[in-house]
Amino acid sequence: MTISLDNQSVREASTHGVAAIELKGINKSFGPVHANKDIDLVVGKGSIHGIVGENGAGKSTLMSILYGFYTADTGDIIVDGKTVKIPDSKTAIEVGIGMVHQHFMLVDPFTVVENVMLGAEGGAMLSEGIARVRKELGRLADEYDMKIDLDAVVGELPVGLQQRVEILKALYRGADILILDEPTGVLTPAEADHLFRILRVLRDEGKTILLITHKLREIMDVTDQVSVMRRGEMVASRKTAETSMSELAELMVGRSVLLEVNKQPAQPKDALLKVANLNVKDDRGVMRVKNVSLEVKAGEILGIAGVSGNGQSELLKALSGITRAETGSMELVGNTIDLTKNHSSSDFRELGMSHVPEDRHRMGLVNAFSEYENSILGYHREQKYSNGMLLNVSGIREEAKERMEKYDIRPRDTELKAAKFSGGNQQKIVLAREIECDPDVLLIGQPTRGVDIGAIEYIHKRIIEMRDAGKAVLLVSVELDEIRSLADRILVMFDGNVVGERGPDATEQELGLLMAGVTDEAAE
Amino acid sequence: MLDVIILVLDSTLRLSTPLLFACLAGLFSERSGIVDIGLEGKMLGGAFAAGAVAYWTQDPWLGLLAAIFVSVLLALIHGFASITNRGNQVVAGVAINFLAAGLTVLLGQAWFAQGGRTPQLDMDWRFSPITLPFAESIQNVPFIGPIYADLLSGHNILVYAAFVAVPLTWWVVFRTRFGLRLRAVGESPQAVDTAGISVAWLRYRAVIICGALCGFAGAYLAIAQSAGFIKDMSAGKGFIALAALIFAKWKPVNAMFACLLFGFLDAVANLMQGQSIPGVGEVPVQFFQALPYILTVVLLAGFIGRAIPPKASGIPYVKERT
Repeated sequence: MTISLDNQSVREASTHGVAAIELKGINKSFGPVHANKDIDLVVGKGSIHGIVGENGAGKSTLMSILYGFYTADTGDIIVDGKTVKIPDSKTAIEVGIGMVHQHFMLVDPFTVVENVMLGAEGGAMLSEGIARVRKELGRLADEYDMKIDLDAVVGELPVGLQQRVEILKALYRGADILILDEPTGVLTPAEADHLFRILRVLRDEGKTILLITHKLREIMDVTDQVSVMRRGEMVASRKTAETSMSELAELMVGRSVLLEVNKQPAQPKDALLKVANLNVKDDRGVMRVKNVSLEVKAGEILGIAGVSGNGQSELLKALSGITRAETGSMELVGNTIDLTKNHSSSDFRELGMSHVPEDRHRMGLVNAFSEYENSILGYHREQKYSNGMLLNVSGIREEAKERMEKYDIRPRDTELKAAKFSGGNQQKIVLAREIECDPDVLLIGQPTRGVDIGAIEYIHKRIIEMRDAGKAVLLVSVELDEIRSLADRILVMFDGNVVGERGPDATEQELGLLMAGVTDEAAE
Repeated sequence: MLDVIILVLDSTLRLSTPLLFACLAGLFSERSGIVDIGLEGKMLGGAFAAGAVAYWTQDPWLGLLAAIFVSVLLALIHGFASITNRGNQVVAGVAINFLAAGLTVLLGQAWFAQGGRTPQLDMDWRFSPITLPFAESIQNVPFIGPIYADLLSGHNILVYAAFVAVPLTWWVVFRTRFGLRLRAVGESPQAVDTAGISVAWLRYRAVIICGALCGFAGAYLAIAQSAGFIKDMSAGKGFIALAALIFAKWKPVNAMFACLLFGFLDAVANLMQGQSIPGVGEVPVQFFQALPYILTVVLLAGFIGRAIPPKASGIPYVKERT
């Protein structure tokens, strides 16, 4: 979508009633990462305004600026018609902004009352404040249907109630504008429904609500207005009633230049990877992968599409032996593996699986290690690299040098720390390591995230080569174009489920709908 | 028999006092999320300052003030390293210990030339025992008399101050706004930050209080219990106080009992020195000296359950990039 079109809708929004918040030209960079680029936003008073975008689109940064957690490099914040500076959270609270963070800002061993009063004690002694909090919370609970045991220890409450404490905290401080950052990520559907009921009541009472999410269904359900962010930019603003899930999905994912990839039709053979009945929970105990079964044949690329956060990460982690699954088994090159048991990634590696993880900084590389050391991570026990005690350093350097040539990794310096390479070159280091060990099954997550165009083409070519060499490739990407140009079959994940399978010729529209959770049956 | 018991308990109170000050000092620091292994060093620095200043001014109160001043200064160094510069708190604490151990002896030798000691203090340049009202008149009442007159009465003011500091600390930590924030910042500094409270300032206040209390402990060692500063006179009390703090699960009243227990073991060790137990023979004094540590390990392992420190202790607070 183009920017010019959207300025029009921004203007349109601003003419509607009074604006509770207006942002003008907000910019924020973290080192080389431009997290927010020239953001304009108008939020109408007494409305529920959704902000959608993928993880890393800059939503959380923008909200942190609004709440004084970060300060913007440039730009103006206008609250209720007055330009304000928000250098810290204290000021944000003073101008009437409250925030419910994605990771709750609660003190676990404290009671509900103590948590609510923290920072708003109303005097040097606690006794008076405690009485006031009790009274006020009683009133809020009645008014907004938010009952809670005031003396419960917060750490022992279920997450839904913890979130309620966060909301009560903000309301107790007199917030008129409530920002909720991914509030439903940890909630059950029933809890989420209750939350939305509360939000509607709050809106009807005149509060303004900013709802940050990447779940389109929630946007359609509860918001009045929606703005879309992509790669640090505000790309569109719509009235919820006048847009659709598929339009929003398209705006979120973006339509970058479709990279042409030359490839012959796949010639799939036997399945090298079969996964049956996989269920995976994340660290917080939320089920993120639900009953997924799939198979990847030799000589084909299976693409997993989906808006990020719909279970793809957990799927990869379970298949690569990083996390344990609740249920499920896997057949890897003829070996049956029970995924509910603890495994080590190196066991799977020995059976012929290699893995290019989604997050190369956290899982693919050790940033403080030099390139040659990174080039053998996970393979360091192999005979050609070590004799069990000592590393064969000169041999490793030699091989690393060859790979740098072969994969055009720049600069050609095996001693350079991984952190010093650009994103594309870092990815090539990981890719070289995982491809050169000649696996039968290759798992690849987000191969081109934060990678420049030139490197993208190269990486795509390599992935196709792997396929043509008769390997089974499982590709997880949130870039729809990447999936469409590489995959021979496409599975779409939504909320942990595989909601549909399509061929490589599926249209963007079709996939976008699936990614938004509109399944085949519902679409008809 | 009652005589011996009273003697041991009396000694227990005296020996517990520096532990208790240091333990409460550690409580403030660690509740705010700053691990303080430098209690020992602050105590030692305070003891030296107290000894030197009490000698120069011939006034124990000025000695106490000097001890507090020096100890707070050391605490601020610890704070600067671990709060402002987000350094490793344990390393910074160890550095404080070395600094105090070396500097006290060096300055002591330079100023007084008595092998690192400060000169012997006269009786009235120190904190001297206080006789509680009616102590003499009820001394002869059976049982209660000796307990009041010999056990409770006759200590110097710092001993009483240490035990008054316990309910005071409890009240500050659990009944005041500062205490609420203190407990919160040690558990979840980001919650404190988002509530609009400065994490750094809160932690600085905590280490300053910690320094002041260590000053009391140091002054007690040099100008109440002894008559001057002696090299390394803190003798590991800062570490025992830390053990007591863990043992007490970071709670003030528990801390008092833990310190009394360790003080009691110390008193028994003194009593048993050179004496033989029937059937066992002479027990090496080191055994009693090791008892507090053994006890801590054993009790933590089995009897009092897990001691969970404040969640954020030891971790410098950095606003997270989300």
